[in-house]
Amino acid sequence: MIERIIIAGSGGQGVMLLGKVIAEAAMRKGCFVTWLPAYGPEVRGGTAHCTVVISDQEIGSPYVNKADTLIILNQPSLDKFKSKLSPKGVLILNASLASSAKLAKIKVFYYPFTDLALKLGNIKIANMVALGCYLADKKLFSLNDIFNVFEFMTQGANSNLVEINKKALQEGAKLKNG
Amino acid sequence: MIKKILITGNEAIAQGALDAGCRFYAGYPITPQNELIGYMAKNMPLASAIPPAHPAGIFIQAESEIAAINMVFGASASGVRAMTSSSSPGISLKQEGISYIAGAELPAVIVNIMRGGPGLGNINPSQADYFQAVKGGGHGDYRLIVFAPGSAQEAYDLTRLSFELADKYRCPAMILGDGILGQMMEPVKFSIPQTRLPEKPWALTGCLGRKPNVAKSFYLREGDLEKSNLRLQKKYSTIESKEQRWQELFLDDAKIVIVAYGTLARVVKSAISRLRAKGKKVGLIRLISLWPFPKKAFAAAAAKKRKYLVVEMSYGQMVEDARLAAAGRAEVDFLGRSGGGVPTEDEIIKKIMRIL
Repeated sequence: MIERIIIAGSGGQGVMLLGKVIAEAAMRKGCFVTWLPAYGPEVRGGTAHCTVVISDQEIGSPYVNKADTLIILNQPSLDKFKSKLSPKGVLILNASLASSAKLAKIKVFYYPFTDLALKLGNIKIANMVALGCYLADKKLFSLNDIFNVFEFMTQGANSNLVEINKKALQEGAKLKNG
Repeated sequence: MIKKILITGNEAIAQGALDAGCRFYAGYPITPQNELIGYMAKNMPLASAIPPAHPAGIFIQAESEIAAINMVFGASASGVRAMTSSSSPGISLKQEGISYIAGAELPAVIVNIMRGGPGLGNINPSQADYFQAVKGGGHGDYRLIVFAPGSAQEAYDLTRLSFELADKYRCPAMILGDGILGQMMEPVKFSIPQTRLPEKPWALTGCLGRKPNVAKSFYLREGDLEKSNLRLQKKYSTIESKEQRWQELFLDDAKIVIVAYGTLARVVKSAISRLRAKGKKVGLIRLISLWPFPKKAFAAAAAKKRKYLVVEMSYGQMVEDARLAAAGRAEVDFLGRSGGGVPTEDEIIKKIMRIL
């Protein structure tokens, strides 16, 4: 098993954190995992991205040539990374800030993650709505696995933070499951 | 299940140092090694004293890289396990101090998380400081033990080993990583922290009731410096015979063996899996120690008439040592990119197909 994911958006959308949550969950499942950030000077409104590779075997390259999954949170990131998706790959696309027009025949989950996050009361959790949507499709981890990661990562922070992230994840999962 | 923690290579190196009993760190910030100094700032002051007579942890953000290496010089002379870290331009600044530490026969660990050069360059991954690390860097006839980790786990393990060997041979050791190693997060398992450190009868601990110890690299009396150099050379030849480390993959039937190190060796591994899937007989020698260079790996392999391909993030540095190790018995081809460019799987495969 190997799952290669590129997560991209603008600085501030939480793409690095989204990758870390996935990587942490993978490690807890006993998988090999690498999380590689683009650590260059990312420009506001441009693209920030990270790459996560999950496997049941030792991981060679942490770079991703062709991604099995793209999670894209804004239009510039879509423009930059759409060619990186493998023909059999899945695109999780934020309809609030990117358009699915002119995309070749690929599997796309196209939902307004940012609008949904606003509705839930915090624009910052659009990343976790997208994660819920992704997990409903690929089912690498259960929502509960991710809840455990939230608990671990927010140690010492206020409990509202965990709750709103949980809610975002559940909302995201519902999108795909209808 | 074994408890693992998801951390960057930079943090793994810092924790490796703490678990090795390092109780003095001085550094100055620079990308892409800032997580290391950040981790030390947070955790070094919490580290407790280790017998015999080691202090609790001391962290100093120095006023410059030069100050940091000279603080390490002083700390090491007092018998403490000491470390500094930086990235390429900062490591250039430290060279004078490193030469002094080598000359004074003191242990120390220096970490270089390489970025693009020359000059201020950029912050992308690079392996272009190979010459600087293994051929001297500073002035004089000295060597560093140089390790090149390929994963966060190995970064942790080799940092611990570096402190052991630096003390054993009383010479500085270097962890040479690239920006990817520093920035990438992977699961790491920590091993049991050091609870006792070797005695250091040579340390400058106050000479009440004993003969004074001296830590110096300055020998003016006729013949003394030559004697000191001969002592160093003897030590280096012991290290060369005992401390070569490398990993081999698919060497049994390989017609071409790729030679690489660091995280780039992992890109190579992925390329090799793809080539093997097509029935191409390609193997790998992944260097773990850069100095001493793993000549032994080539001695065995060259006998079977293989070709070699060196892949590195420079325009041809490590390849020179590979050619020396192959000593004319085998062809050594080269693929390299520099200035922040990382050779891709596709580029490596294309090159191999051309050689095959």
